[in-house]
Amino acid sequence: MSERITLQVARYRPEKESEVHFESFELPCPKEWVVLDGLNHIKDNVDGTLSFRWSCRMGICGSCGMLVNGEPKLTCATFLAEYAPGPVRVEPLRNFPVIRDLVVEIGDFMQKLARVKPWIVRDAEKPLSDGEYRQTPDELENYKQFSMCINCMLCYSACPIYGLDPHFIGPAAIAIAQRYNLDSRDEGAAERMQILSEHDGIWGCTFVGECTKVCPKHVDPAGAIQRYKLQSAMEWVKAFVLPRAAQ
Amino acid sequence: MTPAFDVVLVGGGGAGLRAAIAIAETAPRLRVAVVSKVYPMRSHTVSAEGGAAGVIASDDSLDEHCYDSISGGDWLGDQDAIEAFVREAPQELLRLEHWGCPWSREPDGRVAVRPFGGMKKMRTWFAADKTGFHMLHTLFQTSLKYSTVVRYDEWVVTKLLVDDAVVHGVVALELSTGKIEAITARAVILCTGGCGRVFPFTTNAAIKTGDGMALAYRAGAPLKDMEFVQYHPTGLPFTGILITEAARAEGGHLLNKDGYRYLQDYALGTPQPKPVLRTMELGPRDRLSQAFMQEVAKGRTINTPYGEVVHLDLRHLGEKLINTKLPFVRELCMKYQNIDPVKELIPVRPVVHYMMGGVHTDINGATPLAGLYAAGEVACVSINGANRLGSNSLPELLVFGARAGRAAAEYATTAGDAGDAVLAQFKDESRRLEHELLQSNGRERIADVRLDMQRTMEESAGIYRSGADLARGAVRLRELQERGRRLHIDDDSRTFNTERVSALELSFMLDVAETIVNSALRREESRGAHQRVDFPARDDQRYLTHSLAERQADGSCRIGYLPVTITRWPPAERVYGEAASHERAHHAAGGPVPTREGV
Repeated sequence: MSERITLQVARYRPEKESEVHFESFELPCPKEWVVLDGLNHIKDNVDGTLSFRWSCRMGICGSCGMLVNGEPKLTCATFLAEYAPGPVRVEPLRNFPVIRDLVVEIGDFMQKLARVKPWIVRDAEKPLSDGEYRQTPDELENYKQFSMCINCMLCYSACPIYGLDPHFIGPAAIAIAQRYNLDSRDEGAAERMQILSEHDGIWGCTFVGECTKVCPKHVDPAGAIQRYKLQSAMEWVKAFVLPRAAQ
Repeated sequence: MTPAFDVVLVGGGGAGLRAAIAIAETAPRLRVAVVSKVYPMRSHTVSAEGGAAGVIASDDSLDEHCYDSISGGDWLGDQDAIEAFVREAPQELLRLEHWGCPWSREPDGRVAVRPFGGMKKMRTWFAADKTGFHMLHTLFQTSLKYSTVVRYDEWVVTKLLVDDAVVHGVVALELSTGKIEAITARAVILCTGGCGRVFPFTTNAAIKTGDGMALAYRAGAPLKDMEFVQYHPTGLPFTGILITEAARAEGGHLLNKDGYRYLQDYALGTPQPKPVLRTMELGPRDRLSQAFMQEVAKGRTINTPYGEVVHLDLRHLGEKLINTKLPFVRELCMKYQNIDPVKELIPVRPVVHYMMGGVHTDINGATPLAGLYAAGEVACVSINGANRLGSNSLPELLVFGARAGRAAAEYATTAGDAGDAVLAQFKDESRRLEHELLQSNGRERIADVRLDMQRTMEESAGIYRSGADLARGAVRLRELQERGRRLHIDDDSRTFNTERVSALELSFMLDVAETIVNSALRREESRGAHQRVDFPARDDQRYLTHSLAERQADGSCRIGYLPVTITRWPPAERVYGEAASHERAHHAAGGPVPTREGV
């Protein structure tokens, strides 16, 4: 028979409570169970009011990010047994307004994502009848890593800059911008540069690197930001040194 | 009453987003809304791994893709729809390439294709083994270009507004606030995906509760071919996480407890050192899942705390190939099963994966209800027949998402306004959501009813079925419907009340479950994924037809039939392995339909 473990879960219902409190649940802890299984066990069998998001349970939909013992984690990919015998603290992601219990408001990211123009920008699209844009495996490799972002918000939760200045466009949005900038089919880097070079763009980042550490998909947003800063500085220098036609 | 939108899409996965973009591009003045119970990039399309079929190789042809799909579907697919699908799939995949989808490439920069189960030629486009993820994010990010597309993120659609057999919009509930709104529209496209969660063991995400199917069914649109439920042969035990068919396409072997490649015993060919298309591990999903059940019966599977399993062996492929071609497989095994496929055998068992059936539509996604369209897994056109081939569902949601989008846009420009009946319906529905579901004080726990439903489905409508089991299942589901009306809901909050959503989802699933069991009970033959132990042969005399499940006034389910469209490929025997090479010769000769032996 499996061991048991205590979960201390953050609870907050805005209609009834003015602040967050913790509630403890003692659960079975089979070795296959992830933190999310524990939460579902509570919801199904103990307290149906516990609210949290989840869907795929295979680390790809990005819904179930929470703080587990203070660290941003995908709860579907975090084994409970690693924390046995507990207690384990489960809280909503840091740096976001809490809607209820473990559910945070991510509307801010959704707007920022759209702002970086996360689509292929080209002066002219070639007709479908001309077939695909050729892209070698090396060219694919150039941006591939940045295309792996699942928008799980762990990086925003880990980012001390976003915590202090919510205007900061943030790690995932910058990594996704870079994903398109580095794509051989794209011509939109200059447009995106303008957006990202604004005061709350990339200059906000002081290269703490927490975003890269917590990313469950090894996207390395910190690397994207550094690369972007360098590129942006070069553009800025070029704008002074070279006539416009040569840029 | 002038509607708020021209077209409302329910669901923001691959089909919904493709439809939205199709409308924004072809009719930019139309007002479009995407209503989704999750943020669109969380949709279940994200989980698709292996790839998307579209003919591009020089040695391939449209006819061959048609034939593989038709025979794979055991002749239940509509051949006019399959021909249109196969013709448009490469264009759609190419369009996605132009939108930035990171398809895997050949050294010269052309899009690469890989082999896939049931496909005779290499025609499966892939983005490593995260094809659905990349397609969904490409579609979602591209959709952000279009400012005419309004999003209702995390809104649950609870009802279709219907006046005199014409659909005029939806009633939806905003999760974060509990606000209930009538979102009126001239046309509605259902793109809510499948309903794997009616079964206990599934690859489907938690959100796959058949919402769109139930919404259509309740509004009077029939559900087609609901008895055809695809089991994927290789899911991880306990979690149901899918190990993609690509693992077998790259050369993985299925072994029983004796380390024996047991598929050779089930008319799927003989073992070869390299993977051979439509042979052994690359046979179709229904046959592989059925072979597993036979192995269980023979006592040749491995017993685990989570039921019987067989082993998927990738060890001989080597670390390098696994890392480049199957990185997600390795990640999933290590993170969720604590197993490294480079060194260890992967325990697998068949898991419910896909619904061939769905809302009955024509080739443009139109349902029999005016103003109602459906595309993607929620719909049944039918191109998948009695068994879908791997890598046909991703191009399906593109081709028919786009078709439904264009058709709905055209319809919306001519449709009339809704009458007052719609307002009354909205008020009734608001009352139900506010009173019945927020102050529900029955005694049944949602999780208990759901678990009993799932057990009932596995026992009655699993891989092998019988008339007696199905009849018992139908009775149990009636009882579960009753229990489902006496739920106890702890949560009376309006703020992000997920328990209320679970209650709505349970009720959708119960309706869908009834259509599955009743359709399966009436189909007295074995075809594709529908295997009846009491009727082991395919019966083209009686059942070369689609089932249509229609809801009756008393809530019961009536089954009718509709002929299958045959264009150029008359029904023939479905054969795999070495015998497959003789298949075409037989088909060309136009011989009589052979009767098929039971498995």
